Amino acid sequence: MARYDSLLDALGDTPLVGLPRLSPADGIRLWAKLEDRNPTGSVKDRPALAMIEAAEREGALRPGCTILEPTSGNTGISLAMAAKLKGYRLVCVMPENTSAERRQLLEAYGAEIIFSPAAGGSNQAVATAKELAAQHPDWIMLYQYGNPANADAHYRATGPEILRDLPTITHFVAGLGTTGTLVGVGRYLREHKPDVQIIAAEPRYGELVYGLRNLDEGFVPELYDPDVLTGRFSVGAYDALRRTRQLLETEGIFAGISSGASLHAALAVAEKAAGAGEPADVVFVVADAGWKYLSTGAYGGTLEEAARRIDGQLWA
Amino acid sequence: MAVTVSIPTILRTHTGGEKSVEASGNTLAEVIDDLESRHSGLKARLVKDGSLHRFVNVYVNDEDVRFAGGLDAKVSDGDNVTILPAVAGGMR
Repeated sequence: MARYDSLLDALGDTPLVGLPRLSPADGIRLWAKLEDRNPTGSVKDRPALAMIEAAEREGALRPGCTILEPTSGNTGISLAMAAKLKGYRLVCVMPENTSAERRQLLEAYGAEIIFSPAAGGSNQAVATAKELAAQHPDWIMLYQYGNPANADAHYRATGPEILRDLPTITHFVAGLGTTGTLVGVGRYLREHKPDVQIIAAEPRYGELVYGLRNLDEGFVPELYDPDVLTGRFSVGAYDALRRTRQLLETEGIFAGISSGASLHAALAVAEKAAGAGEPADVVFVVADAGWKYLSTGAYGGTLEEAARRIDGQLWA
Repeated sequence: MAVTVSIPTILRTHTGGEKSVEASGNTLAEVIDDLESRHSGLKARLVKDGSLHRFVNVYVNDEDVRFAGGLDAKVSDGDNVTILPAVAGGMR
């Protein structure tokens, strides 16, 4: 049954698709969890709706309320769609060095945008949002980096979907941002498959993004639980772009750049398993499709040129 | 064992502005001690109470050392060691 009462009800139950051409050896299978098949086209629809519903249950969010969120992209777009349907006002704090498509989408959904300086990336957006929250005590900041409903959405739905579709899963790979996907899915899978490997693919940006004044300004999301993870890869723009294009060329999947980073880590663990002669079923998350990145030039020209173009941007 | 260590902007005051320096050692701890012998003050920025600073991430060939033994993580000749501050990162 694929009929839903509203767009919000069409959330989740996304396809898990095999990637036979990318699998490095017999007995090693790669699978993509296509989270771009969600209402606004990204995995973030899951935590966004879960956080709103949790705040509604707690009575914090009532019709006409203003939602505030530090977000440079997908979470904002998901929140903007849900806010539009549910009658909330949304204010997003986002770094100025994000792609034009994100801004256009947020504005199309009627969200208000407050820009934070490019230097410092999302760290700065989080700091600015916290200041705004203090100035506007009646605004509701959902705060995806520390809201348990974020990880819980993945514990309750994404994890069970994956295990249902692939009971033989050995590795789960996803991008590391708020850490909600990895922590939520990881906890669920670990409870049912104690030996499962949970691998993070962390984007490595250009130097601008790491421009802190001192190390104590560093940031680790409150949701992060390193005990759930078994490995963590740092993936630069070049490798992320290379894998994004490889995914399109060999398996036909038009994914966003962060998904290329996850594929890079997935192939690394797949090759390790192949080297050890162990069978593996490796699932990685396609967090969104490529549409929002076309203006960055990610899909054309040489990889070196494309990597240079996105170097100062937040590409995942 | 010679390795190449990438230094983030925020720590380059210790390396005279160099983005990348050479070091030797069989473990990450030995590499950091070797760095300290030529780039004084670096160790105190990276290591706190016997383990890596909470907001410092170190990768050997792009793998986070916290999942490979932390300061005891093995390094081999020709490895790339990358030091980065922990930040919120990108488009969430």
